[in-house]
Amino acid sequence: MRNLKYLLPGLLFGVILVKSQVLSWFRIQEMFRLQSFHMYGIIGSAIAVGMISVLLIKRLHLKTIQGEAIVIPDKKFHWGNVYGGLIFGFGWAVTGACPGPIFAQISSGYLVTIVTLLSALAGTWLYGKLREKLPH
Amino acid sequence: MIEYIQQPWPWYIAGPLIGLVVPALLLLGNKTFGISSSLRHICAACLPAGIPFFNYDWKKESWNLFFMAGIILGGFVATYYLSSPGPVAINPKTAALLQAHGVRDFSGMLPKDIFSFSQLLTLRGFIFTVLGGFLVGFGTRYAGGCTSGHAIMGISSLQWPSLVATCCFMLGGFLMTWFILPYLLLL
Repeated sequence: MRNLKYLLPGLLFGVILVKSQVLSWFRIQEMFRLQSFHMYGIIGSAIAVGMISVLLIKRLHLKTIQGEAIVIPDKKFHWGNVYGGLIFGFGWAVTGACPGPIFAQISSGYLVTIVTLLSALAGTWLYGKLREKLPH
Repeated sequence: MIEYIQQPWPWYIAGPLIGLVVPALLLLGNKTFGISSSLRHICAACLPAGIPFFNYDWKKESWNLFFMAGIILGGFVATYYLSSPGPVAINPKTAALLQAHGVRDFSGMLPKDIFSFSQLLTLRGFIFTVLGGFLVGFGTRYAGGCTSGHAIMGISSLQWPSLVATCCFMLGGFLMTWFILPYLLLL
């Protein structure tokens, strides 16, 4: 139950996704057609605040509330970053949703996006199944 | 105050708040922001089917599922208690373009003439919901993360593979939107 606390940042994130209309298919259309700054502003400023926070955490050697040192694991490059990235980009433009917003779309009353979620799960599962055969 | 909250939030409020999720998760217990992993954990929990990729202790990662549950709850609260319903105020140029491509419903967050149960078994509805969702799940796992894990968490912590992945997300989205989507919308 010590994981229960993660409900809170999730809740905040879910509220923001709705309030800033990130979960809207129309907003994603606008973004990819370069007809609005809204989504770029959100992602850009989120990265800026995230970056400053990570920098501060490292500089000040901040610890977790349990007193552990904070470690951010390194991501190693593999070609899946490219191939998978492109495939996700196709899906993002079509569904208007990344994995986070899918959950918020469902609870906003767009119940058909439960099907989007189930398909995303099927996609994740098939990736796991085919992983050894795919170029990385 | 309530009236102010009920309006859509501008990017300079929403973006920095999303950015704060990064240190919040790190400080709460060394967790790195990322959502698509929750899809993997659900697969590992429900249908591992002897696949090595799903053979790990998903319960150790269950914080991610609580985070996911939070998003569901937050989406509900924000929609039903903190919002006034209405169309999304998109650029009229985008609206005109979509209209020209056959989108009719602009009343909510998603066009119901594409995303609804009654449209699910039409070719267009099937592609936008089922095929689209599949690409999101397959692509994010293949790429090792999504917008939160790569674009926000990865770039925030200066990981260049995440920058590469994010550029590919955008490139894929542009290619789809400009060259393929117009035809799919007309189906």
